Amino acid sequence: MARVVVDVMPKQEILDPQGQAVANALPRQGFEGISEVRQGKRFELEVDDDVDDDTLARIAENFLANPVIEDWAVRRVGS
Amino acid sequence: MSAAGARIGVITFPGSLDDGDARRAVRRAGASDVALWHGDADLHGVDAVIVPGGFSYGDYLRCGAIAKFAPVMTEVVRAAGQGMPVLGVCNGFQVLCEAGLLPGVLTRNSGLHYVCRDQWLRVDNNTSTWTTRYEPGAELLIPIKHGEGRYVAEDPVLDRLEGDGRVLFRYVDGNPNGSRRDIAGITDERGRVAGLMPHPEHAVDPLTGPTDDGLGMFLSALDTLVAA
Repeated sequence: MARVVVDVMPKQEILDPQGQAVANALPRQGFEGISEVRQGKRFELEVDDDVDDDTLARIAENFLANPVIEDWAVRRVGS
Repeated sequence: MSAAGARIGVITFPGSLDDGDARRAVRRAGASDVALWHGDADLHGVDAVIVPGGFSYGDYLRCGAIAKFAPVMTEVVRAAGQGMPVLGVCNGFQVLCEAGLLPGVLTRNSGLHYVCRDQWLRVDNNTSTWTTRYEPGAELLIPIKHGEGRYVAEDPVLDRLEGDGRVLFRYVDGNPNGSRRDIAGITDERGRVAGLMPHPEHAVDPLTGPTDDGLGMFLSALDTLVAA
Protein backbone atom coordinates (compact mmCIF):
# COMPACT_ATOMS: atom_id res chain seq x y z
CA MET A 1 0.00 0.00 0.00
CA ALA A 2 1.12 3.50 -0.73
CA ARG A 3 -0.37 6.85 0.02
CA VAL A 4 -1.04 8.98 -3.02
CA VAL A 5 -1.85 12.66 -2.81
CA VAL A 6 -3.76 14.37 -5.60
CA ASP A 7 -3.80 18.16 -5.52
CA VAL A 8 -6.49 19.87 -7.58
CA MET A 9 -6.25 23.62 -8.11
CA PRO A 10 -8.29 26.09 -10.13
CA LYS A 11 -6.38 27.09 -13.25
CA GLN A 12 -4.55 30.38 -12.95
CA GLU A 13 -6.80 32.08 -15.51
CA ILE A 14 -9.99 30.90 -13.80
CA LEU A 15 -11.62 33.32 -11.37
CA ASP A 16 -11.40 31.88 -7.85
CA PRO A 17 -13.91 33.88 -5.79
CA GLN A 18 -13.44 31.65 -2.74
CA GLY A 19 -9.70 32.30 -2.72
CA GLN A 20 -10.34 36.00 -3.19
CA ALA A 21 -12.74 36.03 -0.24
CA VAL A 22 -10.08 34.41 1.95
CA ALA A 23 -7.46 36.88 0.71
CA ASN A 24 -9.74 39.81 1.43
CA ALA A 25 -10.42 38.58 4.96
CA LEU A 26 -6.75 38.36 5.94
CA PRO A 27 -6.05 42.10 6.34
CA ARG A 28 -9.18 42.43 8.47
CA GLN A 29 -7.55 40.04 10.93
CA GLY A 30 -4.30 41.98 10.92
CA PHE A 31 -2.36 39.69 8.55
CA GLU A 32 -0.48 41.81 6.01
CA GLY A 33 1.66 41.00 3.03
CA ILE A 34 -0.42 38.23 1.47
CA SER A 35 -1.31 39.33 -2.03
CA GLU A 36 -3.19 36.31 -3.36
CA VAL A 37 -4.92 33.15 -2.18
CA ARG A 38 -6.01 30.29 -4.43
CA GLN A 39 -8.25 27.62 -2.94
CA GLY A 40 -8.10 24.04 -4.17
CA LYS A 41 -8.63 20.47 -2.99
CA ARG A 42 -6.35 17.75 -1.70
CA PHE A 43 -7.25 14.07 -2.00
CA GLU A 44 -5.42 11.30 -0.13
CA LEU A 45 -5.73 7.82 -1.60
CA GLU A 46 -4.54 4.53 -0.11
CA VAL A 47 -3.41 2.64 -3.17
CA ASP A 48 -2.32 -0.94 -3.80
CA ASP A 49 1.22 -1.29 -5.10
CA ASP A 50 0.08 -2.64 -8.47
CA VAL A 51 -1.88 0.52 -9.37
CA ASP A 52 0.27 2.29 -11.94
CA ASP A 53 0.83 5.97 -12.58
CA ASP A 54 -1.27 5.91 -15.73
CA THR A 55 -4.29 4.69 -13.77
CA LEU A 56 -3.79 7.39 -11.15
CA ALA A 57 -3.54 9.99 -13.90
CA ARG A 58 -6.82 8.84 -15.40
CA ILE A 59 -8.55 9.02 -12.00
CA ALA A 60 -7.30 12.57 -11.55
CA GLU A 61 -8.04 13.76 -15.09
CA ASN A 62 -11.47 12.16 -15.51
CA PHE A 63 -12.92 12.32 -12.03
CA LEU A 64 -11.11 14.20 -9.28
CA ALA A 65 -10.49 17.26 -11.46
CA ASN A 66 -12.48 18.91 -14.20
CA PRO A 67 -9.72 19.84 -16.69
CA VAL A 68 -11.81 22.67 -18.11
CA ILE A 69 -11.20 24.67 -14.96
CA GLU A 70 -8.72 22.74 -12.82
CA ASP A 71 -5.12 21.50 -12.92
CA TRP A 72 -4.08 18.41 -11.00
CA ALA A 73 -0.89 16.85 -9.72
CA VAL A 74 -0.41 13.30 -8.45
CA ARG A 75 2.41 12.29 -6.12
CA ARG A 76 3.23 9.18 -4.09
CA VAL A 77 4.19 10.05 -0.54
CA GLY A 78 4.99 6.59 0.90
CA SER A 79 3.00 4.85 3.60
CA MET B 1 -47.76 10.76 -32.21
CA SER B 2 -50.34 12.66 -30.14
CA ALA B 3 -49.16 15.08 -27.46
CA ALA B 4 -50.33 12.77 -24.67
CA GLY B 5 -48.58 9.91 -26.43
CA ALA B 6 -45.24 11.68 -26.02
CA ARG B 7 -43.44 10.27 -22.99
CA ILE B 8 -40.92 12.56 -21.33
CA GLY B 9 -38.75 11.08 -18.59
CA VAL B 10 -37.53 12.98 -15.53
CA ILE B 11 -34.56 11.56 -13.62
CA THR B 12 -34.45 11.43 -9.84
CA PHE B 13 -30.98 11.31 -8.24
CA PRO B 14 -30.31 11.24 -4.51
CA GLY B 15 -30.64 14.95 -3.75
CA SER B 16 -32.78 15.96 -6.72
CA LEU B 17 -35.28 18.66 -5.74
CA ASP B 18 -37.13 19.77 -8.85
CA ASP B 19 -38.07 16.42 -10.36
CA GLY B 20 -41.65 16.86 -9.13
CA ASP B 21 -42.03 20.28 -10.70
CA ALA B 22 -40.40 19.09 -13.92
CA ARG B 23 -42.89 16.24 -14.18
CA ARG B 24 -45.73 18.65 -13.48
CA ALA B 25 -44.46 20.94 -16.25
CA VAL B 26 -44.40 17.99 -18.64
CA ARG B 27 -48.02 17.20 -17.81
CA ARG B 28 -49.04 20.85 -18.08
CA ALA B 29 -47.55 20.93 -21.58
CA GLY B 30 -49.81 18.00 -22.43
CA ALA B 31 -47.26 15.18 -22.54
CA SER B 32 -47.01 12.11 -20.33
CA ASP B 33 -44.36 12.15 -17.58
CA VAL B 34 -42.26 9.14 -16.69
CA ALA B 35 -40.19 8.84 -13.51
CA LEU B 36 -36.64 7.64 -14.15
CA TRP B 37 -34.41 6.38 -11.34
CA HIS B 38 -30.68 7.13 -11.15
CA GLY B 39 -29.71 3.55 -10.39
CA ASP B 40 -31.77 2.09 -13.21
CA ALA B 41 -29.85 1.66 -16.49
CA ASP B 42 -33.09 1.91 -18.45
CA LEU B 43 -34.91 4.86 -20.00
CA HIS B 44 -38.18 2.87 -20.20
CA GLY B 45 -38.78 3.85 -23.80
CA VAL B 46 -39.16 7.60 -23.21
CA ASP B 47 -39.00 10.05 -26.11
CA ALA B 48 -37.07 12.77 -24.25
CA VAL B 49 -35.30 13.19 -20.91
CA ILE B 50 -35.15 16.00 -18.39
CA VAL B 51 -32.30 16.12 -15.86
CA PRO B 52 -33.77 18.27 -13.08
CA GLY B 53 -32.36 20.68 -10.55
CA GLY B 54 -31.27 19.99 -7.01
CA PHE B 55 -28.11 18.81 -5.31
CA SER B 56 -27.43 15.38 -6.74
CA TYR B 57 -25.13 13.41 -4.43
CA GLY B 58 -24.90 16.47 -2.20
CA ASP B 59 -22.81 18.33 -4.81
CA TYR B 60 -19.88 16.29 -3.47
CA LEU B 61 -16.60 16.61 -5.42
CA ARG B 62 -18.12 19.05 -7.93
CA CYS B 63 -21.72 19.76 -8.87
CA GLY B 64 -22.84 16.94 -11.16
CA ALA B 65 -19.51 15.11 -11.01
CA ILE B 66 -20.85 12.00 -9.28
CA ALA B 67 -24.20 11.97 -11.07
CA LYS B 68 -22.52 11.60 -14.44
CA PHE B 69 -21.52 8.06 -13.42
CA ALA B 70 -25.06 7.01 -12.44
CA PRO B 71 -26.30 4.01 -14.45
CA VAL B 72 -29.17 6.03 -15.93
CA MET B 73 -26.72 8.65 -17.28
CA THR B 74 -24.90 6.06 -19.38
CA GLU B 75 -28.22 5.48 -21.12
CA VAL B 76 -28.90 9.23 -21.44
CA VAL B 77 -25.52 9.80 -23.08
CA ARG B 78 -26.17 6.92 -25.46
CA ALA B 79 -29.69 8.14 -26.34
CA ALA B 80 -28.48 11.73 -26.79
CA GLY B 81 -25.93 10.44 -29.27
CA GLN B 82 -28.83 9.01 -31.25
CA GLY B 83 -30.63 12.36 -31.20
CA MET B 84 -32.99 12.08 -28.25
CA PRO B 85 -33.91 15.51 -26.87
CA VAL B 86 -32.36 16.09 -23.44
CA LEU B 87 -32.88 19.10 -21.17
CA GLY B 88 -30.75 19.84 -18.11
CA VAL B 89 -31.96 22.48 -15.67
CA CYS B 90 -29.65 23.98 -13.01
CA ASN B 91 -28.02 20.91 -11.41
CA GLY B 92 -29.11 19.06 -14.55
CA PHE B 93 -27.13 21.56 -16.66
CA GLN B 94 -24.13 20.89 -14.40
CA VAL B 95 -24.59 17.14 -14.88
CA LEU B 96 -24.78 17.45 -18.69
CA CYS B 97 -21.57 19.53 -18.72
CA GLU B 98 -19.77 17.04 -16.48
CA ALA B 99 -21.01 14.19 -18.66
CA GLY B 100 -19.57 15.86 -21.74
CA LEU B 101 -22.91 16.33 -23.53
CA LEU B 102 -22.44 20.11 -23.35
CA PRO B 103 -19.15 22.06 -23.28
CA GLY B 104 -17.88 24.11 -20.37
CA VAL B 105 -18.61 23.94 -16.67
CA LEU B 106 -20.64 25.80 -14.03
CA THR B 107 -18.57 27.30 -11.23
CA ARG B 108 -19.13 29.18 -7.98
CA ASN B 109 -21.05 32.43 -8.44
CA SER B 110 -18.62 35.31 -8.71
CA GLY B 111 -20.36 37.08 -5.81
CA LEU B 112 -20.17 33.86 -3.76
CA HIS B 113 -23.80 34.28 -2.70
CA TYR B 114 -26.51 31.81 -3.46
CA VAL B 115 -28.89 33.74 -5.70
CA CYS B 116 -32.65 33.14 -5.59
CA ARG B 117 -34.77 35.54 -7.60
CA ASP B 118 -36.89 36.00 -10.70
CA GLN B 119 -34.50 36.70 -13.57
CA TRP B 120 -35.00 38.24 -16.99
CA LEU B 121 -33.56 36.26 -19.90
CA ARG B 122 -33.33 37.01 -23.59
CA VAL B 123 -33.92 34.28 -26.16
CA ASP B 124 -30.93 34.14 -28.51
CA ASN B 125 -31.75 30.96 -30.40
CA ASN B 126 -35.20 29.70 -31.28
CA THR B 127 -34.11 26.87 -33.56
CA SER B 128 -33.16 24.31 -30.92
CA THR B 129 -35.58 21.53 -30.03
CA TRP B 130 -36.29 23.24 -26.72
CA THR B 131 -36.80 26.84 -27.90
CA THR B 132 -38.87 26.83 -31.11
CA ARG B 133 -41.92 28.31 -29.37
CA TYR B 134 -40.09 31.55 -28.58
CA GLU B 135 -39.50 34.59 -30.76
CA PRO B 136 -35.83 35.48 -31.11
CA GLY B 137 -35.06 38.38 -28.80
CA ALA B 138 -38.08 37.66 -26.61
CA GLU B 139 -37.54 38.40 -22.93
CA LEU B 140 -38.66 35.87 -20.34
CA LEU B 141 -39.01 36.12 -16.57
CA ILE B 142 -37.96 32.84 -14.97
CA PRO B 143 -36.74 31.96 -11.46
CA ILE B 144 -33.10 31.22 -10.75
CA LYS B 145 -31.79 29.62 -7.55
CA HIS B 146 -28.18 28.49 -7.50
CA GLY B 147 -24.81 29.01 -5.87
CA GLU B 148 -22.74 27.59 -8.70
CA GLY B 149 -24.12 28.92 -11.97
CA ARG B 150 -21.26 30.91 -13.46
CA TYR B 151 -20.80 29.43 -16.92
CA VAL B 152 -17.11 29.08 -17.81
CA ALA B 153 -15.45 27.81 -20.98
CA GLU B 154 -12.31 28.73 -22.87
CA ASP B 155 -12.61 31.68 -25.23
CA PRO B 156 -12.42 29.58 -28.42
CA VAL B 157 -15.29 27.45 -27.09
CA LEU B 158 -17.34 30.56 -26.27
CA ASP B 159 -16.57 31.99 -29.72
CA ARG B 160 -17.73 28.78 -31.35
CA LEU B 161 -20.92 28.65 -29.27
CA GLU B 162 -21.77 32.21 -30.27
CA GLY B 163 -20.68 31.76 -33.89
CA ASP B 164 -22.83 28.66 -34.28
CA GLY B 165 -25.83 30.25 -32.58
CA ARG B 166 -25.74 27.76 -29.73
CA VAL B 167 -26.34 30.26 -26.94
CA LEU B 168 -30.03 29.74 -26.15
CA PHE B 169 -30.53 32.34 -23.41
CA ARG B 170 -28.58 35.24 -21.93
CA TYR B 171 -29.17 37.08 -18.68
CA VAL B 172 -30.48 40.61 -19.14
CA ASP B 173 -31.06 43.30 -16.55
CA GLY B 174 -28.09 42.05 -14.50
CA ASN B 175 -25.84 39.01 -14.65
CA PRO B 176 -26.58 37.14 -11.41
CA ASN B 177 -23.51 34.92 -11.22
CA GLY B 178 -20.70 36.30 -13.39
CA SER B 179 -21.36 33.89 -16.28
CA ARG B 180 -19.04 34.43 -19.21
CA ARG B 181 -20.76 36.56 -21.87
CA ASP B 182 -23.98 36.56 -19.79
CA ILE B 183 -24.70 33.00 -20.88
CA ALA B 184 -27.69 31.40 -19.13
CA GLY B 185 -28.23 28.40 -21.41
CA ILE B 186 -26.66 26.61 -24.38
CA THR B 187 -27.33 23.72 -26.74
CA ASP B 188 -25.26 21.04 -28.47
CA GLU B 189 -24.28 20.93 -32.15
CA ARG B 190 -27.59 19.43 -33.20
CA GLY B 191 -29.79 21.61 -31.01
CA ARG B 192 -31.24 18.55 -29.26
CA VAL B 193 -29.43 18.68 -25.92
CA ALA B 194 -29.99 21.88 -23.96
CA GLY B 195 -28.88 23.12 -20.54
CA LEU B 196 -29.74 26.25 -18.60
CA MET B 197 -29.39 27.50 -15.03
CA PRO B 198 -32.84 29.19 -14.77
CA HIS B 199 -35.83 27.00 -13.95
CA PRO B 200 -38.48 26.92 -16.69
CA GLU B 201 -40.35 24.22 -14.74
CA HIS B 202 -40.98 26.78 -11.98
CA ALA B 203 -42.57 29.18 -14.49
CA VAL B 204 -45.37 27.20 -16.08
CA ASP B 205 -48.31 28.50 -14.04
CA PRO B 206 -48.94 32.12 -12.98
CA LEU B 207 -50.48 30.80 -9.76
CA THR B 208 -47.18 29.39 -8.51
CA GLY B 209 -44.51 31.15 -10.59
CA PRO B 210 -43.77 34.69 -11.74
CA THR B 211 -45.01 33.90 -15.26
CA ASP B 212 -45.73 30.94 -17.49
CA ASP B 213 -42.78 31.90 -19.70
CA GLY B 214 -41.05 28.58 -19.07
CA LEU B 215 -43.83 26.47 -20.52
CA GLY B 216 -42.59 27.21 -24.05
CA MET B 217 -39.54 25.00 -23.55
CA PHE B 218 -41.68 21.96 -22.85
CA LEU B 219 -44.13 22.80 -25.63
CA SER B 220 -41.21 23.27 -28.05
CA ALA B 221 -39.87 19.78 -27.39
CA LEU B 222 -43.38 18.36 -27.55
CA ASP B 223 -43.88 19.92 -31.01
CA THR B 224 -40.79 18.05 -32.22
CA LEU B 225 -41.92 14.76 -30.70
CA VAL B 226 -45.44 15.06 -32.10
CA ALA B 227 -44.13 15.91 -35.56
CA ALA B 228 -41.71 12.95 -35.54
